[in-house]
Amino acid sequence: MSSIKGLGGRLYTGETSVNIVGNAKRWYIVSALFTLLSIGALAVQGLHLGIEFKGGSAYTFPTTTATVEQARAAVESTGIGGELIIQKIGTDKIRVQTGSLTTAQSDSVEAAITSNFGVVAADIDTQLIGPSWGKEITKKALYGLLAFIIVILLFLAMTFEPKMAIAALVAVLHDVFITVGIYALIGFDVTPATVIGFLTILGYSLYDTVVIFDKVRENTRSITSTSKQTFTQATNLAVNQTIVRSINTTVIALLPVAAILFIGGGLLGAGTLKDISLALFIGMLVGSYSSVFIAPAVLAQLREKEPAMIALAKRVQARGTAAVTATTTASSVQGGSAVVNDRRGPRNQPKRKGRK
Amino acid sequence: MSTPNKVVKSSARPGRALAILTLILISLGATAFITDATSVRLGLDLRGGTSVTLQPRASTAGNEVTSEAIDQAVEIIRQRVNSLGVAESEVTAQGSGTNRQIVISVPGENGRRVVDLVGQTAELRFRQVLASGLGVPASVDSSTAATPVAGVSEAVNQSFANLDCTTAASLQGTGTDDPAAAITACSKDGGTKYILAPAEVLGRQISEASAGIDTQAGSAWSVSLTFNNEGTSAFGALTARVTSLPEPTNQVAIVLDGIVQSSPRITEAIPSGTAQITGSFTQIEAQDLANVLKYGALPLAFDRGEVQQVSPTLGSEQLTAGLLAGAIGLFLVTIYSFFYYRGLGIVVTGSLAVAAVMIYLLALVLGETIGFTLTLAGIAGIIVAIGITADSFVVYFERIRDEIREGRSLRSAVESGWVKARHTILVADAVSIIAAVLLYFFAVGSVRGFAFALGLTTLVDLFVVYIFTKPLMTIMARLKFFNSGHRFSGLSDKSSGVTRTTSSVEA
Repeated sequence: MSSIKGLGGRLYTGETSVNIVGNAKRWYIVSALFTLLSIGALAVQGLHLGIEFKGGSAYTFPTTTATVEQARAAVESTGIGGELIIQKIGTDKIRVQTGSLTTAQSDSVEAAITSNFGVVAADIDTQLIGPSWGKEITKKALYGLLAFIIVILLFLAMTFEPKMAIAALVAVLHDVFITVGIYALIGFDVTPATVIGFLTILGYSLYDTVVIFDKVRENTRSITSTSKQTFTQATNLAVNQTIVRSINTTVIALLPVAAILFIGGGLLGAGTLKDISLALFIGMLVGSYSSVFIAPAVLAQLREKEPAMIALAKRVQARGTAAVTATTTASSVQGGSAVVNDRRGPRNQPKRKGRK
Repeated sequence: MSTPNKVVKSSARPGRALAILTLILISLGATAFITDATSVRLGLDLRGGTSVTLQPRASTAGNEVTSEAIDQAVEIIRQRVNSLGVAESEVTAQGSGTNRQIVISVPGENGRRVVDLVGQTAELRFRQVLASGLGVPASVDSSTAATPVAGVSEAVNQSFANLDCTTAASLQGTGTDDPAAAITACSKDGGTKYILAPAEVLGRQISEASAGIDTQAGSAWSVSLTFNNEGTSAFGALTARVTSLPEPTNQVAIVLDGIVQSSPRITEAIPSGTAQITGSFTQIEAQDLANVLKYGALPLAFDRGEVQQVSPTLGSEQLTAGLLAGAIGLFLVTIYSFFYYRGLGIVVTGSLAVAAVMIYLLALVLGETIGFTLTLAGIAGIIVAIGITADSFVVYFERIRDEIREGRSLRSAVESGWVKARHTILVADAVSIIAAVLLYFFAVGSVRGFAFALGLTTLVDLFVVYIFTKPLMTIMARLKFFNSGHRFSGLSDKSSGVTRTTSSVEA
């Protein structure tokens, strides 16, 4: 553990530097692959929508003796027709899911359950969803998403700068896209609770990105007046300085979510808790990745196109090759980089190695 | 905003902040005690019950859903649900403007009846009064049974005699009163019962209604209404026929959802299509009646969006699971913080504990004041927020370490690190709060519960960081254990990765 803590210190001073932002292309390729995979999965398989979106009824009743086949026979005997999904939940419950039913049909299904399996009506947990309801909540979720994106864009543009807002947004869309893709790929059910999870990911991923950008802003505040680092290098330093926090935060945020997933999935079988936590678990992992690897890289790319930054890059180039080597070398971890020398040691001594 | 490189003024007054915190906690506790809030209000998914979400739509083509119509529909449904006599039933409209859903929640096992009761369209109709009497059964007040009304069936006469308008059930509108038949009905206040003729004018034949002060008759409130073409002739014929009849048959009852809203006496034939209802109205009564008439013009039908019925068994299972998940989550976060931050884990645990107490008290108070109910999705929101709350500490601690790496003493690092961390925490929490607020306003049902809980806990987090975590750090920085960089303090040079001449560190 202490070695990791020591690492935190070295990452902070730049003594140890992982070149994340400089290798943007590598991460873009990884993300592009995932995005393509997501598009493919969405196109081929589509999302597995819960009854909340397509309309239908679900009945869950306690029974220790009845089998799935008995339940199917009992429900089919009411002659409601349509698609029937019958599952055993845990050891003592059966869930019957049907298409959209009228009130009379729904009553006959309940009657079939009560008479065949000795359950009182009050013990049946039912959920009836009208056929047009799904459209309504889908519409609302989309409106919510749009409003969220616009407000956040404005907020970040005002608090930080417009280009940071754009970079953060790219990262967020990336997260939602890939998470939805994973859902399509694996075929998890999408319920309103899942949508809650997706929407929360937006907030969480942004939160993570904001923390890193705050450090980027601090590091680059007076960057043009020093000519020591290019914007990309300063951004990379910020990512390195906050990476310990990013890892800690991700672990700490994932622990409770994992707890809900375990309890929701393990004890309750299905439902709100499992759906929210599964979406969060996947989304947070993707979100942490994009906050560290995608958002700063996009930001650096946007900013490096500015005339002032191009000029800065030239000046840094002219100052010597030392600082540049530190970020263009592909090796992931290297001790004693010249950046430290620039900060601490006498200037114009690029060849000098770290002073341990 | 902040200027991190300046020397930080030592304006930390940890004692005062902690005193304020104590005061706030005590006052929250006292509020909970005074309002008699002893337990958090649980949502139906945690204690069992039925919730029905209705999507209003115009009942006929060409009409549109208006905001007033939804308000009126909520009133009508509330009346129907209240007639069930189940305590703590709730009818609310969620969303904004005309794009609102009506959500009905009935706790316990009485829910089955609700589903059938609430979905029907409530219609407004004008019916001639055939007979009226005190709103009590004939056995109590014999005058109403004495004279059976001619022209209506024996069954109606019998039902009129037995009708007891003082019971909740008699005020249960169903929307099923047959417009072509004579019916019995109660007045809105339950004081009067009626036999009413078949409907002659329908609510949708009204084109306009408004409440106003009748200037000619002094300053009394009155209600004006205007009929469309069909309505004008129907209402003209009705008024011309009844105006010269004896009491009470010269009255026309305005019936909404099977309940008599008003039964004005017709003083003259009204062929013009504009009528005025006068009487001893208060402003509110007049406006209520005008709203009823307006709603009658545009009755709403309802699509049954979602019906969810949770048995008390499942409810308590879900509650247990939610609480267990929360406890495990908290426990894991605590373990991790002690593992990684050593002594500082005390700060994390303490802050989370303070946040937990504050959220519990707020849930108590808000449950009593604004009807906040804790749902399963809300519990999930709170658990997720544990992560966000803990992150504020992580940001702060990492900043303190950064400052130590810059060569500051712990006491000074705690202050200067705070100035920098503060900004990050503020911006990051603001994003989280924006997300919660937007979710709350755009979503329906369980999503709202989640958003509310998330927003509330994020606010509490901000508060706790400012008024508890930071002061606690200031105090702890004065302690030798932390100040000297004890190896279990989480702030040792080794933890921060600092090489100092005074301390021996293996690189």
